[in-house]
Order: sequence, then C-alpha cells, then structure tokens
Amino acid sequence: MSVKRLVVLGTLLCCWAAGSQAGPKIQQWTSTNGARVYFVPTEGLPMVDVRVVFDAGSARDGAQYGLATLTSGLLDTGAWLWDADAIAKRLDNVGARLGTGISRDTAWLSLRSLTSPKLLDQALETAHAILVSPSFNPVDFEREKKKLLLGLKQREESPADLAGIAFFQALYGDHPYAHPKEGTIDTVEKLTREDLQNFYHRFYVAKNALIVIVGEVDSSKAKAIADGLLKDLPEGETPPALPQPAQAEAAKLLRKEFPSAQTHVYSGVPGMKVGDADYFPLYVGNHILGGSGLVSKISDEVREKRGLSYSAYSYFFPFKVEGPFMMGLQTKNNQAEEAVGVMQKTLRDFIAQGPTAKELEASKKNITGGFPMRLDSNQKLIEQVAAIAFYDLPLDYLDSFIAKVEAVTPQAIQKAFKARIDPDRLQTIMVGASAHSEK
Amino acid sequence: MASTRTLGLLLLAVPLSLQAASPKVSEFKLDNGLKLLVQEDHRAPVAVTQVWYKVGSSYEHGGITGISHMLEHMMFKGTKKHPPGEFSRIISANGGSENAFTGEDYTAYFQTLEKSRLGVSFDLEADRMRNLRLLPDEFTKEQQVVLEERRLRTDDQPRAKLGEQFNALAYSNSPYKNPVIGWPDDVSKLTVTDLADWYQRWYAPNNATVVVVGDVNPAEVHHLAQKYFGSLKPSRLPAVKPRTEIEQAGLRRMIVKAPAKLPFLVMGYKVPVLNGAAQAWEAYALEVAAGVLDGGNSARLESRLVRGQQIAGNVDAGYDLYSRLPSLFMLEGTPVQGKSLPELEQSLLEEVRKLRDEPVTAEELERVKAQVLASKVFERDSIFYQAMQLGTTETVGLGWEKVDEYVDKINAVTPEQVKQVAEKYLVEDRLSVGYLEPLPIPEGQTAPEDKAPLGGQHVR
Repeated sequence: MSVKRLVVLGTLLCCWAAGSQAGPKIQQWTSTNGARVYFVPTEGLPMVDVRVVFDAGSARDGAQYGLATLTSGLLDTGAWLWDADAIAKRLDNVGARLGTGISRDTAWLSLRSLTSPKLLDQALETAHAILVSPSFNPVDFEREKKKLLLGLKQREESPADLAGIAFFQALYGDHPYAHPKEGTIDTVEKLTREDLQNFYHRFYVAKNALIVIVGEVDSSKAKAIADGLLKDLPEGETPPALPQPAQAEAAKLLRKEFPSAQTHVYSGVPGMKVGDADYFPLYVGNHILGGSGLVSKISDEVREKRGLSYSAYSYFFPFKVEGPFMMGLQTKNNQAEEAVGVMQKTLRDFIAQGPTAKELEASKKNITGGFPMRLDSNQKLIEQVAAIAFYDLPLDYLDSFIAKVEAVTPQAIQKAFKARIDPDRLQTIMVGASAHSEK
Repeated sequence: MASTRTLGLLLLAVPLSLQAASPKVSEFKLDNGLKLLVQEDHRAPVAVTQVWYKVGSSYEHGGITGISHMLEHMMFKGTKKHPPGEFSRIISANGGSENAFTGEDYTAYFQTLEKSRLGVSFDLEADRMRNLRLLPDEFTKEQQVVLEERRLRTDDQPRAKLGEQFNALAYSNSPYKNPVIGWPDDVSKLTVTDLADWYQRWYAPNNATVVVVGDVNPAEVHHLAQKYFGSLKPSRLPAVKPRTEIEQAGLRRMIVKAPAKLPFLVMGYKVPVLNGAAQAWEAYALEVAAGVLDGGNSARLESRLVRGQQIAGNVDAGYDLYSRLPSLFMLEGTPVQGKSLPELEQSLLEEVRKLRDEPVTAEELERVKAQVLASKVFERDSIFYQAMQLGTTETVGLGWEKVDEYVDKINAVTPEQVKQVAEKYLVEDRLSVGYLEPLPIPEGQTAPEDKAPLGGQHVR
C-alpha cells in the first residue's frame, strides 16, 4: 500500500466551508410522523444517498458506556422476518451499501443505492425494517458484544488510542463526553439485550430523528423515500439537553507508560460548540495556528523547522455543547518533552501576539478559494447537510459562510482565543516509554 | 408489512445499461513523451491534478530502500525558483489541497483546486519535475520526519510489523519484499547524493503521466499542459529489470512477536496479476474469487466465519488486480476470544478448498457482478478516485483503457473459471502464513505530574 506524506486529521465541522460562492439549495419539510426531512437534488449520477440521524450518540449512554455503539451495531443483524444473512443478501444483491454508526452526539444509518426503482425499493424496504423493527436476537447480541469487546481489547495495543481516551477523560471529567464512545471492557461486559432494546425504544423515535436525502431523484420521490423509511417509527420524545462542560481549574500533565518507540501527545481544553458565537474567529484563527496542514504554524515549528514529528496540528471539534480544542503530535520518546514545549509555546505566542495580517490573508484565501471543494461530491454534500440539520443551523448557513470568514480580523481572533483558550488550563496527555525505561 | 418482502431473496439484476454512462477519457502525448489523460466531470467547478511517475519501492535495490518515498518528501522542499515550503503555500493561497503518495509501483503528487486555477498546479509541477534543489539541511530534518513516520506507521503497529516481515518472507527476490517506506537502517543512511541520483534517473516528462479529472475542457487542458510541461527535456530512462519472482517450492511460515493484545493471522498465495498475465481472464477470475469470499456482508467469510462458525472477529480477503508485478492473494483475520490462530487458519483453508473443489453458485456470482456494477457508479462520486484509477493502470503499464473494460471482463467470468484459478494458484505450495503472537504489554502506570506546564522552557 501507499504511504502518504501527511495525514490530515479532519472532521466534519472543523473544516466547514462550502458551493462556488453559495451553498446547495436545501429543501426542508416534516415527515408524516414528525421527523425533519432535508433534501438536495443532484444530477449526473443515477444514485441516491440517504442518511437518518438520531440524537442517540454515546453522550446518551448514561453510566452504560458502549450502549449507543452496541445498539447501533445490532441494527442490521436482524429485523422483521429477516436474519443477518437475509439482510446482507437483500442489500448486496442490489449493490446497495448500508452502514450504521455513532458519534458522541449522533447515531446514524446511511444508505447508498442506485436509483433504478426495483433496486432502490428493495434497499429502502430493508433499511426501513432495520430502522423500525430491529430484532435484537440473543445470538446476534452475544456475537456483536464479543466483537466489540475484541475491538476494545485491541484498542489497548495502540498508544494513540489510549492517549485519546485519557484526553477526553481529562477534559470532560464526569460530563457525558468524557468516556470513549465505544465504551470500556467493564461497562460493555455488563450490557444486556434489554438495555439495548430500552435504548432503542427511547432514542430511535421520529421526534428525535432527521433524514437527509441527496441524489438524482425528484422531490416527490424524496418525500416517498422519507415517509416510507420512517413509517411506523413511533413519535416519541426528544431527550433533554446535554449539560455544559466545565473548564479545568489548572493545567495538568498525565503520563502513561507504554512500550512504544514514540510518545503520543494530546493537549487541549473544552473548545466550542456548533454555532458558537466565536465560531468564525476561532475557526479561521486555528486554521492559521494548526488547522491547515503543513503550512500551519504548529506544523511549521514542530515538523518543518525541527523534524520532530510526522504530524503536528491543532483542531476545534465543535459538538452540540463545547467539543474539544485539541493539539497533537507524536515523536520518538526521548524528544517528546521538547516537541510538547515547541507546540505549547507556539500556542502561547499565537495568543499573545495574534496572527499577522499576512497570515490571516493567506488563511482566508485558502478557506474561500477552497469553498467549492467542500461540496464537490454527493458524499460531502450529505455530510454537510446532515450537520446543518442536526445542529439546527440556518438552511442558508453555507451561503453566508464566505462573507463571515472574510469579516474576521486579527483582533477578533486574538480576542476569541484569549477568552476561550487558556494555556494555563491545558490538559496534556503523553503516552509512550519514558526516557529512563528505554532500551 | 408489505407482503412483497417475502420475495426478499430474489436476486435483482443490476441493469447493464447503467454502464453505458461510462465517462470519456481524452489521451494526449506531448513531444517530450509526457502523457496527459483528461476526464470530464462537470458536477462541481473543481479539478484534480495528479502527476504520476513510474518509480516506487519496486524499482529500488537493496541498501537504498525507501528512497522513492524519501524523495517524495523532498519534492516539497524547493526548486531553483521556489524556496522550501513555497509550493505548499502557493497551493494553499489558491484554496487548494495537495499531497503525495508513494507505492510499490508509483510516486504521485496531487492538487485539488477550483477549476480556473489548474494552471497554478501545472506551473508548480512542471517546475519540480526538472528543477528540484536538494538542500542538505532540509534533507537532514526531513529524514527525521520520515523516521518518525516509520515509527508511527510500522514500528509501533503490531499488525503493520507483521505485514512488513510477512512480505519479506513471502517474496524471495521480487522487489515487493521491501517496505515502501524502506528498512529503517536504509532510510537513516540515505544521502543527498543518493536522492539526487534517483531524481535524475526517474523524474522526466517521458516517465510521467498527468491525470486531470473535473470540470474542464480536454483541448484546453492539453493546451495548458503544452504551455507548462512542453519545454521540459526528456531523459534516457534506464531499462527496468524484470526481477521475476522465483517459483515457490512449498509452504512458508513465520511468527512475529510484538507487544499486542490480540493475535492476528495473514495468509498469502502467489498469484498472477493482469499485467503480464499469460491469460487475462485468470486475473479477473481471481478478482471474482476475492469478491465471493469478501464482497459485502453476505459474502462467504463474513457469513460463515464471523456469523456462522463465529470463529473470526473480523476477516478479510484481498487481491490487487492492478499491481505491476505478480503479487499475493491475501487472507487475514483475528480469531474470536477462545479460538486460536491455527483454528482460524484451518477455517480459512477450508474456504479456499471449497473454491477449488466446488464451483461458486450462480447466485453468488450474480451478486458479485451486481456489486461491481453498482460500485462503478458509486465510485464516480469521487473525482479523486477516478483519477487514481486512470493513473494507476497507466503507470503500471496496463493502460487506462483497462478501467473501462473492467465491468465487461468481470461479467464474462464463469463459475468454472473461478474454480480453475483456485485449483491452479490457491494451493499450499504457493502459500505463506504469518502469525502475530502478542507479547504482554505491561500495565501502563499513569503518573500525574500536576501543574507542570511544559510551555516553552525546553525550546532550543
């Protein structure tokens, strides 16, 4: 396989930008049983993407970490009269692709199908059954639980994963974002079928659902798709709002021993939420600081000037409530302290001095000039629209995006960073072999 | 529920007519030997440019492994015209995203830009095709970056470590035995002179293919290519030695021990690929065999080993039709808790035996074909992926036309042919098996070092 020069860590909302100067025309309505529907017609390829999103991510686990993940994982293993084999065949036979998964905020089901009616109808029928009458068969439950436990065990052989888990714990304490979204071995072992069924019945309901359709269908077909998919899904209730995460009182450094050649480092604080008042200055500012790959300041200082790490970056991950601001790098154990020092100093200097007019200009050019690339495939479109929908952003959000980026000033960036990112409260995780234990 | 559901297992043939929409590729060749492939896709005002060079780790010899990848890194470190880092800054200021990748058979560079800025990437790519400046200071730092990349991707990843050592066992003399990123000692001993030689040898218009996919007009792109690349001088390219892998003469086995939590199994059979295959259908039949085993959730490995027998936590089959040299038909997986690597190996061998002994069912074959047809439409959602396919097939010597032929060739495969290739190639004497045996990971001690901000004191 190929080796890439740089891994760019991306997430949906961190790199938000949008159509040549305008976003897509999003049509919006409510399904017969009360779910929000979003539709963007496309032309040129005889295919359609559908995504159903619930507020049923790991933030809804309660104390049963892993509950959202396992519930999502069981959906396509049995539904209505079909077992896992029957479901798989129905989808594979028509070339359709179905997936389920979760984030901290959401649970989703995605379907990609050709638009030829016979093929599409069979794919939709199957997806409908998975959504409204999953079986949660005991044999499937036991198998999927074992598979999840196997994955959780494998996670423990990755210093990067261990550092990521510790990072969220350090930032979020007892907040629902604190635990790993796949759960922990202890909590997953205790999960029962009934737990999954209860979770499903509470959160997989119409009022808690939205559906996004992108593809080469007309709006009447889109209406039929939405109504058909969600038919028989009970109305239900929306879950309560998530609590506000608190900032830590003071900076903290946690080291964890691991027999690896490199030390993996994460450092950050709770950052911002989607639709945050400071979103644009923080987003554009971070683009300069650590969010634009090799040309960003952190990468320049850590990698380009000193050769200390293959990747070094900072990102905001906006969630429903404040998601993390996270800086990261990985380097051989005996230079970890030096690299962390460079990274944190870059942050401090950036906050103290703010960006130069030239740096800001360069980042604006990249963000605005790259606008068309954020929406150049159905895949990217559906992800953008799903985020707009889930986070209740205005439908014309993408249309005003460029103007809001252009309006950001160096002063606004400095002010927002000073107010939101306190280097004296950074939570820093280092996982690797400490210098003295090296061979 | 609607009663039509009871017809659920009826196979719905994906209409072949969908394939008629296959996009047109325009091919040009400049006088200096540069090849240009252009495919129009007018869905968004965007164009991707990829510059493919016929050089990669399979062109390397012992002692300098990893040099193609190291040179790829240095291609961002300046030319006579542009100082280090400026390439990336210019692309960034134009709203573009860019990167590069190295494989066994190619080194490729790419930019994605708004369509009117295609000239920006052509200008920069043409410049670094012939005018790279290899600065010793930049090289020394970048060598450290690549060694960090190796630690990240291989040294600290137990399965990658197994994969690397597995290739070194399975191949005797094929250059595929070496890792793309290079052996650590080779990488750390590379010199600027080594890189300069490598650059002089391979970076020339007559060893490159430029692929453009997006909202463009082929004639205009040709004109632009002529403008920027037209004046570059071609090189005399060295002949590439075939280095044909010797016949394997029996089963090979290995164990790799590494700190890990789970065991892992890899198996690989020596097989032909489309390039250089005596009979092309054999390669397509192997592709179908991989699909029967691992094409979707209903395929044999998932339905039998993961769900039915519940012996595997996960399991995959893979075959790379488009590699330059004969390669491996791979099977790999993790046993579930309570099952062992030998047990998983036996189950996989049993599935391979069935491929040899019993023709695949018509239903399975139809399902693989339906998925291939649908995938052909789905993959057109990504202009980058389309450019990748054109670049790969052209660079390994097959020609981009193979991308167009794919669906027809797969459709022509019969159950008997799948059985034949299994009998011929998926046999013990061509097999290598590797086990990852976990070494214990000591319980990680967590040491809070409270209120000790690292901010800045250690900066040199």
